[in-house]
Amino acid sequence: MSTPSQTVGPYLSIGLPWEDGPTVVAEGTPGAVWIRGVVTDGEGTPVPDAMIETWQADADGRFDHPEDPRGARPGFRGFGRAATNDAGEFGILTVVPGELPGEAPHIDVSVFARGLLHRVVTRIYFPENERANAADPALAAVPAERRNTLIAEKTGDGYRFDVRLQGEGETVFFDV
Amino acid sequence: MTTSTESGLILPKYRRDPEGTHPALDDPGYKSTRLRHPKQPLVLLPHKLTEVTGPLLGPGRLGELDNDLTRQHAEEPQGQRILVHGKLLDGNGKPVPNSLVEIWQANAGGRYRHVWDNWPSPVDPNFTGVGRTITDAEGRYEFVTIKPGAYPWKNHDNAWRPAHIHFSVFGTAFTQRLVTQMYFPDDPLFFQDPIFNSVPDEKARQRMVSRFDMSRTMPEWALAFEFDIVLRGAEATPFENEEDEEEDE
Repeated sequence: MSTPSQTVGPYLSIGLPWEDGPTVVAEGTPGAVWIRGVVTDGEGTPVPDAMIETWQADADGRFDHPEDPRGARPGFRGFGRAATNDAGEFGILTVVPGELPGEAPHIDVSVFARGLLHRVVTRIYFPENERANAADPALAAVPAERRNTLIAEKTGDGYRFDVRLQGEGETVFFDV
Repeated sequence: MTTSTESGLILPKYRRDPEGTHPALDDPGYKSTRLRHPKQPLVLLPHKLTEVTGPLLGPGRLGELDNDLTRQHAEEPQGQRILVHGKLLDGNGKPVPNSLVEIWQANAGGRYRHVWDNWPSPVDPNFTGVGRTITDAEGRYEFVTIKPGAYPWKNHDNAWRPAHIHFSVFGTAFTQRLVTQMYFPDDPLFFQDPIFNSVPDEKARQRMVSRFDMSRTMPEWALAFEFDIVLRGAEATPFENEEDEEEDE
């Protein structure tokens, strides 16, 4: 019964990006970090017509949503949206989510682009949470040699998380 | 089915759509997939808190004239005015209320207001081609816009996109996020369009085609098309433990 997915096409940037999309939290929020990365294709060429969306819990591991009766911190949107620039780069200003029931801290990511008939979904995990990552059920389902594609790298102002759609070092994508 | 977490939260579980509902990521007919589709198998992701929740984006995202693409400029755009309306539903037939619907489209001549679109059809100074609205309590949405034109692209020899409007909807869970395209009935270009035809199931493909709706035409003013959007549904059977859930995948 579901309506099928179709590509966003090359002109998604007229309709989807928001001025405040990349800032999940306001600049100056304590603990705010930039997650920056590049989306590349099977030849390693940056993808300038992609958009990523992020969805995550707050710093306590809680969501602003009725399925989470604990509720999030007031005003925490949890959602980020950033189109890539001409160099395929995106950046999201957010806070590292807290631990979730039975899961390591993570951020769900959707990637949309011309040439993707359906969004692809990945997850960002954090390198400092070695123990929680080792016990995470989603990471456990990923072949060990590919898990590193899901773990962001620490940088000066936050983290780096590249998305490789295809080929060498291809990012792990999930069937949701 | 539902999943219980270690904290005792009982979570809904969203059923996956039947094979053929959505396009494959690799589609040789649509050339842009060649270097962009993942080649490794997708890893099955269990539905936990992150997947059964999703952004609930309210009226704060809307500007005053966002649902009327014909009134966003000093003068009216060129082309045939149309009302596009429908319902946002989940796979159980339940309306999805208070949900953000975003659209973008080409103008009547088939040209997007985008720096990369430079085929020789004029830009309409009175048409941006971007709209937003929120579904009402019954899941209904409406836009007033202009019927977009078909346009050529370089996918294959003499390739033309059928007229379409891009739709982006969230639903209430990360699993329900959908971007699709609404097409118009009886478009003569369907047969040669690899994007429309990327959907394997014929019935699923027809769910992207709007219905001409005489009852909602506005006399002396606008034609009308109805387009319902159906998102993934939740599993019907309530269940209590995760072990049982895995067997069902």
